Amino acid sequence: MAVRIGRYTLKLDRPTSIIGYAAAGSRKEAKGPLGKFFDYIDEDSTFGEKTWEKAESTLQKCVINKAIKKAGVTPGDIDVLLAGDLLNQCIGSTYGARQMGIPYVGLYGACSTMAESLLLAALFTDCGLASRCVAATSSHFCSAERQFRFPLEYGGQRTPTAQWTVTGAGACVTALQSGAPYVREVTIGTIEDYGICDINNMGAAMAPAAYATLLHYFNDTGTRPEDFDLILTGDLGMIGTQLLHQLMDEAKLSITANHKDCGLLIYDRLEQDVHAGGSGCGCAASVLCAYILPQLQEGLLKDVLFLATGAMMSPTSVQQGESIPGIAHLLHLSHTDGKEDNIC
Amino acid sequence: MTAKEYQSAAGKAIPHSKAARNIPTAFVVGGLLCVIGQAIIDLALFYGLEKDVASACGSISLIILSALLTGFNVYDNIAKYAGAGTLVPITGFANSMVSPAMEFKSEGYILGLGAKMFSIAGPVLVYGISASVIYGLILVLMGG
Amino acid sequence: MLTDYLWAFLVGGAICAIGQVLIDYTKLTPARILVSYVVIGVILGGLGVYQPLLDFAGAGASIPLTGFGALLAKGVKEAVAEQGLFGVFSGGLTASAAGIAVAIFAALLTALLAKSKDKS
Repeated sequence: MAVRIGRYTLKLDRPTSIIGYAAAGSRKEAKGPLGKFFDYIDEDSTFGEKTWEKAESTLQKCVINKAIKKAGVTPGDIDVLLAGDLLNQCIGSTYGARQMGIPYVGLYGACSTMAESLLLAALFTDCGLASRCVAATSSHFCSAERQFRFPLEYGGQRTPTAQWTVTGAGACVTALQSGAPYVREVTIGTIEDYGICDINNMGAAMAPAAYATLLHYFNDTGTRPEDFDLILTGDLGMIGTQLLHQLMDEAKLSITANHKDCGLLIYDRLEQDVHAGGSGCGCAASVLCAYILPQLQEGLLKDVLFLATGAMMSPTSVQQGESIPGIAHLLHLSHTDGKEDNIC
Repeated sequence: MTAKEYQSAAGKAIPHSKAARNIPTAFVVGGLLCVIGQAIIDLALFYGLEKDVASACGSISLIILSALLTGFNVYDNIAKYAGAGTLVPITGFANSMVSPAMEFKSEGYILGLGAKMFSIAGPVLVYGISASVIYGLILVLMGG
Repeated sequence: MLTDYLWAFLVGGAICAIGQVLIDYTKLTPARILVSYVVIGVILGGLGVYQPLLDFAGAGASIPLTGFGALLAKGVKEAVAEQGLFGVFSGGLTASAAGIAVAIFAALLTALLAKSKDKS
């Protein structure tokens, strides 16, 4: 059963494996550098639905079914579904889960939802509360745009700091069994607010949360950045990445050598006109499931720190002039279950 | 790093917008829209319309042009480059009404299309009309 | 004749270029810029400085949203001269009625016929 190590970190002591995972996206994601790794691509971003909200639900439902299938199980074998998205009251997830009949926990962690849902799924599994859990999340450019910004046909100019919401989804199935990739430790994030108010610069608002969580994890576990092949953040984008590097350098824990950001991986930033990079729940979720988990499974990557960052504002708080609080949840994902470490 | 220091670091990390490209583009596109307007005004004058009516014809034609371009999903693609060149002319005002009307049709004809049409144009009318009323009151007070 | 078009282009372009400077160098949102332009139009119209620009640049001054503001002011001024206090409230919308009605109806018609599309 998971044990607490330090103030922020929980260590899973049974081999909690991600036995199935899938990523889905649309045309722009397919055109990006990672396009060929997605399990499911539909060039039509309506996914055959009448509204953008329904389109997102369909996308999430599709990715969950795909992950369950890849895990070699059926929806009836899943004990808990943990899912969330960016839409008001999480309708993307709830409407997608309507016909599934799986016990459902709806989550809101903005763009950190993939890490939030996966860490809870891993804990449920490790503690034996569920034999199989699904963690899933999605975002859709069009549904996010009309909720948080402007109508699609509105003639506006994006600022250079703006990020492009990914139309994508990812889902993971966790179970207690041997087979990489494993979840080894998780760190629950703290809300960090350094007073950034610009809604078009979410990377800057979220970087302090990533910094705090990394610091907590390194302190709690006594590890250092160089102990990991890859430190993967969710959607800090170009500006957030630069600021996180500055913060980590200042703490003498430089991550410049082995840090990558999903927001910078998913699109060709200059070719695809996405300004500071990709964003949204689906960004970290689809990059993790399409590109990182296969490499962990095959052993091309041994140890990865995956931390998805979320900007926890709402259109209301922004209009009221509030600054944007950020959060980052972390998972240590590994090719090995860590048991041999204990023997040494 | 304190929050203050971080905010200034964040300010420094922001890349400059491409003002050297944006400003001339806005100038040219905005200028061209005005030239189209002028051509329509001249045409209306040629057909013997009054000066005020002719001027209104110029504005109305551009509003219709903007609605068409928005309806055919191209206005936003022009605006991406033209910026204020398509925002400041009356076409931008029309786009700000047409685009939410199209977008929120899915939430119904009354509170979706009908209400959201004014999400940006509404404030323009509120403050424009109120300013003109204040001006009128000043005129009355000074006259009386 | 041709110089009319040149001035329309230059004045209209310049008013838009100022808007772009506001977008690029300030934190003003597009909605705030539109509101500011209309209110500035009312003020300049009220002060009597916008009319010379309209005479000189034609559509270059009437098409930008400052022209809408100036039109509101002009309507109020004329109506107050004719009707007194009643004109304060009737003048602005009367002068701009055609433009507003066309914009509302065009928006309704377009929304009924067209659909938003994803961007790429």
